[in-house]
Amino acid sequence: MAVATSSSQVLNNVEAVRATLYEALKNDDKVVILGEDVGNRGNVFLITKDFVKEFGTERIIDTPIAEASIVGIAVGMAMEGLRPIAEIQFADFIYPAFNQIVGEAAKTRYRSNGEYTCPMVIRTPYGGGVRGALSHSVSVEALFYHVPGLKIVVPSFPADVKGLLNAAIDDPDPVLFLEHKKTYRLIKGEVPDGHYVIPIGKADVKKEGSQLTVVSYGLYVHWALEAANQLEGDGISVEVIDLRSVRPMDKTAILESVRKTRKLLIIHEDNKFGGIGAEISAMVAEEALFDLDAPIRRLAAPDVPAMGYAMPLEEAYMSSPAKMADAMRDMVKF
Amino acid sequence: MATTITMPQLGETVTEGTVERWIKKAGDPVEKYEAFLEVSTDKVNSEVPSPVTGTIRELLVQEGTTVATGTPIAVIDEVGAAKASETASAPPKTRDAMAESANAEPVPGFNIPQLEVKSTAASSGAPAKVPPHSNGQREEAALRGVSPAVRRLAREHHVDVRSVRGSGANGRVTADDVLAAAKLAPTTATAAPAAPAETSRPPAKPGPGNTSTYADPIPGTTIQLSSMRRIIAERMVESRKTAPHAWSMIEVDVTNVWEWRKREKDRFERDTGVKLTLLPFFIRAVVESLAVFPLMNSKFIADGPAIHVEKDVNIGIAIGLPANLVVPVIKHADKLSIKGIALAAGDLIDRARRNKLSADDLKDGTFTVNNTGANGSLASAPIINAGQAGIVTMETVVKRPMVMEDDAIAIRYMMNSCLSLDHRVVDGYVASGFLADLKKRLESMGPRGAL
Repeated sequence: MAVATSSSQVLNNVEAVRATLYEALKNDDKVVILGEDVGNRGNVFLITKDFVKEFGTERIIDTPIAEASIVGIAVGMAMEGLRPIAEIQFADFIYPAFNQIVGEAAKTRYRSNGEYTCPMVIRTPYGGGVRGALSHSVSVEALFYHVPGLKIVVPSFPADVKGLLNAAIDDPDPVLFLEHKKTYRLIKGEVPDGHYVIPIGKADVKKEGSQLTVVSYGLYVHWALEAANQLEGDGISVEVIDLRSVRPMDKTAILESVRKTRKLLIIHEDNKFGGIGAEISAMVAEEALFDLDAPIRRLAAPDVPAMGYAMPLEEAYMSSPAKMADAMRDMVKF
Repeated sequence: MATTITMPQLGETVTEGTVERWIKKAGDPVEKYEAFLEVSTDKVNSEVPSPVTGTIRELLVQEGTTVATGTPIAVIDEVGAAKASETASAPPKTRDAMAESANAEPVPGFNIPQLEVKSTAASSGAPAKVPPHSNGQREEAALRGVSPAVRRLAREHHVDVRSVRGSGANGRVTADDVLAAAKLAPTTATAAPAAPAETSRPPAKPGPGNTSTYADPIPGTTIQLSSMRRIIAERMVESRKTAPHAWSMIEVDVTNVWEWRKREKDRFERDTGVKLTLLPFFIRAVVESLAVFPLMNSKFIADGPAIHVEKDVNIGIAIGLPANLVVPVIKHADKLSIKGIALAAGDLIDRARRNKLSADDLKDGTFTVNNTGANGSLASAPIINAGQAGIVTMETVVKRPMVMEDDAIAIRYMMNSCLSLDHRVVDGYVASGFLADLKKRLESMGPRGAL
């Protein structure tokens, strides 16, 4: 149970995002926020509530429902020296901005031979398990994962949210910052006071173990931890790595753990084919084949077009601590 | 088709070799790359792989005989070639051809069980003998998925996977099973057929009466020297006779190095598979001191007479084995970090124990380090490796009460280090400077830093 101390407070993930954005706006005049309903409405999760009163409409900008414009305007702001934080209200609506993110933001530095950079953050809530149905449940990371020039951050603990959001705002290049909406108010944790940065591209071993390495990110880190802790009671020792950033990938942390446990299970909410797990599997097979004592396994969503609204469909799509524990047990037994 | 095998040249300067042992006899089947002969030269013992798959027709040279490189020593009837000449009448692929291809590339530590088929290769002379495997064994082996980690560990620890009881699903042998097997029975493991150990080898020339070997000496018998032991004897006498040995010893406070090593050793072993001992730290200090005192890294040339100061710093490490002594060399040790030295030494020590050093591994040493302290020695007077100016030892590390600079008494880890020097090359002035420098470097290493 997280406890506040003299130098920290207990926040949930919504509060951690809000507190970090607030500090950034206070500390740097160049930071601006733009998106749908970020101003008067204060964001649909109330992350930017009342920001517009304090910082004004020039820095907290309500935009039309036009995602390509949100990102396109942010690209221009970033190239001219501002530090825009663009919000896509739900990741499910990011597709119109695909060209601006992939074709413009990610390539600005390369295209201009380093003359221009694009220091911007695109924040968006993603993920399912909240009865969000087809257009409020998607995981979009794999769509952008393939793109050199983009960084993708997916924190799952409040303290990581703050440190990584600070790093994303400081970063000289575009960062896609994914916030799992089910963790928003579910996950609380101690967050240190003051400004600090967690480097992008550094995974974190959330639980040490010796018989199996589990790599995950987002909501599923919490469920994997729940499963691993439950197995600990049966004498099964599982290491849980929270990627925190999916790109760049923290190869060192993954390899170090796999070389110790000799078994790798990758768990993600996004569907399996061509997902983050595929790249991690390939990397481990390339770098550490002769350390593997079992086939690498991926536990991921089925390849169906979307997460259904009906409870049985959502449950079939989502994993669970129980399903994860079964997979872990099988792999340790192998 | 018959293939004639000649004595290989095991090293650039080697002109002859002794047939130490025939691993295969006439009539035995042999696979390509399978060791079938052991040759010793004045540099190294080496197993010789067969260049072809076939059956040994004839051995032309007796064990213990020395012949010039290029001399024919054996004839092998090649199976593949004989088959090729028959293809006109033979079916496209016989079961035994499939059996051969299945066994063509043996994986160390894991041999695919051979199919029991009768040899139909009429032209291959003696019928190929197939090692017996029971049905039960074969099925059991087939059930087990041998993972890459198991393969690697089995190879590294010389464990025959077929002899390990699997604890995984469906009796699969897991990586932990291999490690447990390696720990339980190191002697059976090293006696695996793929790598015959020195100790399990029959004597080349039995002495009169009872059979006695260096590894298994029997009172009242005479041991015929292996060529390796003969060379050791000759080299020792040569060095002791030609190089006037002088001797000196220092006492080093290795507390900080000891703590540094302690802090790093678990992670190091986990990351690299190599045990982190004091040796690489010591060698690192030695090469740094050699850079300050290049005369210690030189050799006396009697017919000059002259002293040649070596360009490279190649550190020999003396490794005692049950039946002999080898001094493999870490080349360019001055270019390596402590980690690099540890990995190089780990590899050499591992291969020395498995009798797998090559002639190159033993060449070009310029200075030697001898870890005499492993068994508790406090001081020793080593014999210089002929052609070098010195040899330095690491004696055992002991905790002793020491009087510190400020007159406080502290418990410190102390180690003696002994130097034998060729007095034709250096005098006490240089040697004591070298030792003092070595002491200073070792005492200023650690207790933390980058390896």
